[in-house]
Amino acid sequence: MTTDPMLLEVRDLTVTFPTPRGPLDAVKSLDLDLEPGGALGIVGESGSGKSMTSLAIMGLQPRAARRTGSVRLRGRELVGMSEADLRRVRGDRVAMVFQDPLSSLNPYYTVGLQIEEAYRAHRPGVTRRAARKIAIAALERVHIRDAAVRVNHYPHQFSGGMRQRVMIAMALSTEPELLIADEPTTALDVTVQAQILDLLQEIRRETGTGLVLITHDLAVVSEITDHIVVMKDGVCVERGAVEQIFTDPRHPYTQALLDAVPRIDDEIGELRAVVPDAATTSPATENTATENGGPA
Amino acid sequence: MPRFLLTRVSSGLMVLLLVCLFTYLVFFALSPDPAVQICGKNCTPELIDQIRGNLGLDQPFWTQFFLFVVGIFAGRTYGDGAGAVECAAPCLGYSFQSSQAVWDMIVQRLPVSATVAIGAAVLWLLAGLVGGLLSAVKEGTFLDRFTTGLTLTSMSIPNYVLALVLQYVLVVQLQWLPFPQAVRFADDPVQWFLNFVMPWMVLAIGYAAAYTRLTRANVLDVLRENYVRTAYAKGLPQSLVWRRHALRPALTPIVTIFGMDFAGLLGGALITETVFGINGVGKMAADSIARNDQPVIMGVTLLAGFLVVVGNMVVDVVYTAIDPRVRVNA
Amino acid sequence: MSEPLLRATNLVKEFPVMGTGGLLRRPATFRAVDDVSFEIRAGETLALVGESGSGKSTTARLAARLLDVTSGTVELDGEDVTALKRSALNRFRSEVQVVFQDPFSSLNPRHTVERIVTAPLLYQQRPVPGGARAFTRSLMERVGLDPDHSQKYPAQFSGGQAQRIGIARALAVSPRVVVCDEAVSALDVSVQAQVINLLRELQREEGLTYLFIAHDLAVVRQIATRVAVMTQGQVVEEGARDAVFDAPRHEYTRKLLDAVPRIRPEWERQRRANAGRSAGATS
Repeated sequence: MTTDPMLLEVRDLTVTFPTPRGPLDAVKSLDLDLEPGGALGIVGESGSGKSMTSLAIMGLQPRAARRTGSVRLRGRELVGMSEADLRRVRGDRVAMVFQDPLSSLNPYYTVGLQIEEAYRAHRPGVTRRAARKIAIAALERVHIRDAAVRVNHYPHQFSGGMRQRVMIAMALSTEPELLIADEPTTALDVTVQAQILDLLQEIRRETGTGLVLITHDLAVVSEITDHIVVMKDGVCVERGAVEQIFTDPRHPYTQALLDAVPRIDDEIGELRAVVPDAATTSPATENTATENGGPA
Repeated sequence: MPRFLLTRVSSGLMVLLLVCLFTYLVFFALSPDPAVQICGKNCTPELIDQIRGNLGLDQPFWTQFFLFVVGIFAGRTYGDGAGAVECAAPCLGYSFQSSQAVWDMIVQRLPVSATVAIGAAVLWLLAGLVGGLLSAVKEGTFLDRFTTGLTLTSMSIPNYVLALVLQYVLVVQLQWLPFPQAVRFADDPVQWFLNFVMPWMVLAIGYAAAYTRLTRANVLDVLRENYVRTAYAKGLPQSLVWRRHALRPALTPIVTIFGMDFAGLLGGALITETVFGINGVGKMAADSIARNDQPVIMGVTLLAGFLVVVGNMVVDVVYTAIDPRVRVNA
Repeated sequence: MSEPLLRATNLVKEFPVMGTGGLLRRPATFRAVDDVSFEIRAGETLALVGESGSGKSTTARLAARLLDVTSGTVELDGEDVTALKRSALNRFRSEVQVVFQDPFSSLNPRHTVERIVTAPLLYQQRPVPGGARAFTRSLMERVGLDPDHSQKYPAQFSGGQAQRIGIARALAVSPRVVVCDEAVSALDVSVQAQVINLLRELQREEGLTYLFIAHDLAVVRQIATRVAVMTQGQVVEEGARDAVFDAPRHEYTRKLLDAVPRIRPEWERQRRANAGRSAGATS
């Protein structure tokens, strides 16, 4: 082990699903590196395997899937770790924020209870009263006003943006080293998205939490992250520092993707079509249902 | 909450009134003239007219209906003079064939029907929930497939067939159960209990199968929810994820169904009671149909409607306690 | 300038909402569209932009007569179409068509492409020009689909291709106005670009008029002639596209534009320069 291990070091990560037509790799030989406090963006379109990657890092891939390769957190191997040990990592050292905050929070319980249980799962012996204080502090941390009142409210009593703040508060309550955010702003309105992205930036600045941001939105990663991995069909096609990717993309897919992004600041004569999915090709055959699979 | 309850009860009462009206309308339009039946063999047209007058059958429909509704709350007297018949509130009608108020007839038999219903409900809830949960936990295994097959089979067996088969096997062949004897609970609790075992089983088995499938489907659905994924991602132990995040959402819809099923059964299980000769509301209804004792049939129909409406109201109230979304939206 | 092709005046749409109080509740309404007026000239694109709940989709549905207005008028080519019924409404439907957000849920999964795109004509009891097969093939070619796939079902196509079927279905009756209700919002970036290109091409070549509903301002910038910004059921700013984007007048428009994440312009310039250099090097 080196003196200053990487926060996250993924090597040769492969997630395979059995299908009637034989095994299908949703993620194929993926390598990821994240330094402590760094921010890594994983960019891709639907079916690229980016969401499956985030679940596989946590060992939350669907039961039917097989995960191979290596996932090291501060040098500690997570692949092959016992479920009990893995449970101690999940939510404590690594926390997750998902795309749709409404369905990601349990409608039957107050947000307070859901934050408390996340905290108490990793701090045995903490009383409910103490956990309640932590929950209120966590809500205040994400700038939810009247946190002491709101802590007793149910998810449906919050707006979309506020719910995502609750998710972030929940994730941060245990002071994790790494936050994995899977399309955290995709379901939100643009003004709300800006607020949530600001919040993520602020948290990184103040706590030094490492961030893996998974998104389809190139503009979002360009604002938030310092390194980028571009994925397509489960494979990393290009990786690099954010400026390098955006100023000098090498892979044709990355180039095409950047050309295809509509720009708010000016009209581009003709948005360049991305090469492979030409309109006149035969109907889609690949199975895209593997993404966003439920947990094991 | 009180406001919600108030509105719920008020609309419940409205529905009950409509149930009354509809039931009354059906019997008013369909049934043969009760006066003719009461009159008996040595009947003259004058006598029939007189009986009609006594019963208020010569009144227009709305007047009759009004008298009926008033009777429910205030009681009423049929006829006058020496032949007058008293029917105390709540008067659901009077059976001239049995010379008894319908309400009294129901009250006598309701405890028996309730015993049948409660015992069966306990059985089917236990079997359905346990079976459904096991099936969901072991999804795709032999146990799961076996349970599915079993539920399908038991749902397709008619009650009366099952009752006869059970009687033959358990009582005649295996002699695990004694022949049913009419005993009171206080006299011989064991015999009393054993009397009910078969009706409970027969009644419960179809429901148990349905509840097993429902529970299984609900649990599997909920396990696919994003918030279950969140719970795992938070590092909660499997047992807690199941107990807190999967079970409660999965079982909530079952409360609704259970409330209605149970309420419907309280009003008597027609076939089961008849087959086992249990003197409950269901058997009374069956007998009354055979005798064309119209006021009794109508009374039982009203009771069933009443129970279902009340059951619904109870479910709604219970729901506000277990589903926070309903609580606030209401 | 000529008369506008589609004109909406003082549109109001109220929806009844579940008030509290069971049977005894007082009726309550929610005003989703609150006095909205706009005009679209032939061959132009008016984009209605706004966030969720702004009333933009409801406005589009009012204009397409998929919903009835509470008050206000919709005029097509100077004719008041607000209260059209049956055959007159059918005629209106062949002038104004809608493309929806999710192609898979808006196309019948049990019907072939051919059946889907010819259905509007059959409903309106119009002959299918040149026969169903040839008509479908030519439509599919127009929207950039392989005409040999006319007997396939929606599920056999990718999202972008399915949306092209949705567009073909809208074009089948030769409408003059196409209402695009978040028509490209659900698509991946690469596919989205193609569908935007297709819409622009169809407009250029066939003079189509669009009412384009979107929450994505960057997409709107690519396709709109004029832009109307909606919030809380009202249009707060309306104007020529570049004017709205470059010099927004209303506070809300500015807030909306500021919120959009952007790739740094200097990176963009450098990328184009790099791309130009490498293209020059290879040729």
